[in-house]
Amino acid sequence: MARMTMIQALRSAMDIMLERNPDVVVFGEDVGYFGGVFRCTEGLQAKYGKTRVFDTPISEGGIVGVAVGMAAYGLRPVPEIQFADYFYPASDQLVSEAARIRYRSAGDFTCPITVRMPCGGGIYGGQTHSQSPEALFTHVCGLRTVLPSNPYDAKGLLISSIENDDPVIFLEPKRLYNGPFDGHHENPVVPWSKHPLGEVPEGYYTVPLESASIFRPGKDVTVIAYGTMVFVSEAAAQETGIDAEIIDLRSIWPMDVDTIVASVKKTGRCVIVHEATKTSGFGAELMSIVQENCFHHLEAPIERVTGWDTPYPHAQEWAYFPGPNRIGEALRRVMEG
Amino acid sequence: MDRQSPLRLHVPEPTGRPGQTTDFSYLQISPAGAIRRPPLEASSRDTADLANALIRVLDDDGKAVGPWDPKLTAEQLKKGLRGMLRTRIFDARMLIAQRQKKTSFYMQSLGEEAIGCAHEMALEHGDMNFPTYRQQSLLLAHDDAPMVEMICQLLSNQRDPLKGRQLPVMYSYKRLGFFTISGNLATQFIQAVGWAMASAIKGDTRIASGWIGDGATAEADFHTALTFAHVYRAPVILNVVNNQWAISSFQSIAGGEGTTFAARGVGCGIASLRVDGNDFLAGYAASRWAADRARANLGPTLIEWITYRGGPHSTSDDPSKYRPADDWQRYPLGDPLERLKKHMIAIGAWSEEKHAAMQKEIEAEVMAAQKEAESFGSLADGHLFSNSTMFDDIYKDVPEHLRRQRRQLGV
Repeated sequence: MARMTMIQALRSAMDIMLERNPDVVVFGEDVGYFGGVFRCTEGLQAKYGKTRVFDTPISEGGIVGVAVGMAAYGLRPVPEIQFADYFYPASDQLVSEAARIRYRSAGDFTCPITVRMPCGGGIYGGQTHSQSPEALFTHVCGLRTVLPSNPYDAKGLLISSIENDDPVIFLEPKRLYNGPFDGHHENPVVPWSKHPLGEVPEGYYTVPLESASIFRPGKDVTVIAYGTMVFVSEAAAQETGIDAEIIDLRSIWPMDVDTIVASVKKTGRCVIVHEATKTSGFGAELMSIVQENCFHHLEAPIERVTGWDTPYPHAQEWAYFPGPNRIGEALRRVMEG
Repeated sequence: MDRQSPLRLHVPEPTGRPGQTTDFSYLQISPAGAIRRPPLEASSRDTADLANALIRVLDDDGKAVGPWDPKLTAEQLKKGLRGMLRTRIFDARMLIAQRQKKTSFYMQSLGEEAIGCAHEMALEHGDMNFPTYRQQSLLLAHDDAPMVEMICQLLSNQRDPLKGRQLPVMYSYKRLGFFTISGNLATQFIQAVGWAMASAIKGDTRIASGWIGDGATAEADFHTALTFAHVYRAPVILNVVNNQWAISSFQSIAGGEGTTFAARGVGCGIASLRVDGNDFLAGYAASRWAADRARANLGPTLIEWITYRGGPHSTSDDPSKYRPADDWQRYPLGDPLERLKKHMIAIGAWSEEKHAAMQKEIEAEVMAAQKEAESFGSLADGHLFSNSTMFDDIYKDVPEHLRRQRRQLGV
């Protein structure tokens, strides 16, 4: 077992897949020689050569467009979008192409691509380096959306995603790249080397898709979260003394409904947390799923704690960020309900 | 200059609208045989003049002239003619089928048959086209074209290879080097570049050929494709079929006024040709030049094909509402089928009798295919793939939420 940051774990996953499968190629803006602005692909071009790990023009539509064409040829491309906030020019290639090629061609062509993109805020990135657009992807039938919260899951889920034959959107919460983050931004940064989930096997392993994990078992209330919010929710549970069961979705869609339903049926209460804006956020879908499956077990209304319906501000970042205090208040309200 | 004069927005217009006579001088037609043929190693700069001229081989008398004459054998000419005739007859039959409500929709390629037939002849088995919706000639160029299956797709019946999921004409034939047609415009152009990059990454020998219309060159994917193709020197042919019309908007609205679409390739560092798309010989020669370049690691070539959309955009529009009804008869570069036939007769390789016989033979071939396809049903008579198949192929395996929805539909 080695100690890895999430960046090192992601790099290890790509390294292993480049080694194991000659059809895997990695590319994106600054990805080749430099190793990516977050260093996730550092050293991979030197190791595998520049026809398998390379820089691209600044064109997200082009990056995903060529990935779709390469996949049609038979490769397994792993393109990087430098920030999730930049994926919009690639929307047509993701929504109308990658997601539907298998369907529209009745399996004549397929699109096994894994599009990596850092998401989320907490790094003073302002409104163009902080977004969490996962809900947009979940609305597209044919895409898989994955979002890990720690180095161990990140590596295992990335390997699973690359091996998967469907197009996968792989969102990486950038605030977690170097350490877990409980939302108390005023506190010193905790590195992954001091967290048990920073322990990552050096070799090949997978974490299955469509499988949530119980991040923290509890009996009072179910918290459904993913990415950074898993740690923020954990802090809220500790600070309020409420015994929350925190579910880390890991695969946003298609997802593991059974784990959620079993937990909410057990606790009878549910708080949903995400960093993205509230309206039509994925939390709304989660509320519906809980309501459809657990209505008669609920003892209080379901609560949502999310980013506000505003662009992600720069200077007011921590007023936007759904921190442990807001989650704690929701936990208390649900317990009183 | 009066500095106080108000500014004016320029909105381009075609040179002919209904009730007018189109002035085709905007086409900038070069004489047949007049344009040089550069060596395969030509740089983009070396092709700047070719991107603004018009490569033609067949002259008005049906003679093949100039350096681009590919000197095809009589057998090759006959194969080309057969493909073009098959495409035209297939289109005509399917248009009738649409009027008879056997299929919901159709798009013919009248007047553009030479482009795909010539191009397909210059490609090799294993190469991959990324077509738009008007490249059926790439499929019908083959003597063993899967016409029954194609008609089943048009009828959306129980033998439709695409299981009723796609609009008619949106074929997918991996085995014939024909990528699944999107329906969203321009997306395939950059995908063609990606496929070609993959072939180069793997050290393969196969090349890609992307297709786009003049109208869709305004999409970002067109420009992205040119950039990526140039940057990675991708083994790809980038075809712009300039048939003068989008639906009702003229090629000047796509940015063709005062310049050419081929010139965009030169600006991006790509060797580019502007070719008479109604001239089968020029079409073959240009396609072969581009394919040979790609296969020799000399990178991409952009070909702008000058042609004219002889029919409506689709069965859903009436072109007499937006362009002169006699445009197609007056188009100065003529009918590609008639031109090749005239050439073959001129060189003694063909005759009116042989032509009539071939026409009869293909008509029978298409009718037999249609009859067989119709025996498997149609959208109209409800002989379709079952509703439960709607939930397949969204993912490789059907996830739980789709199984649940399938049960809710009761299938």
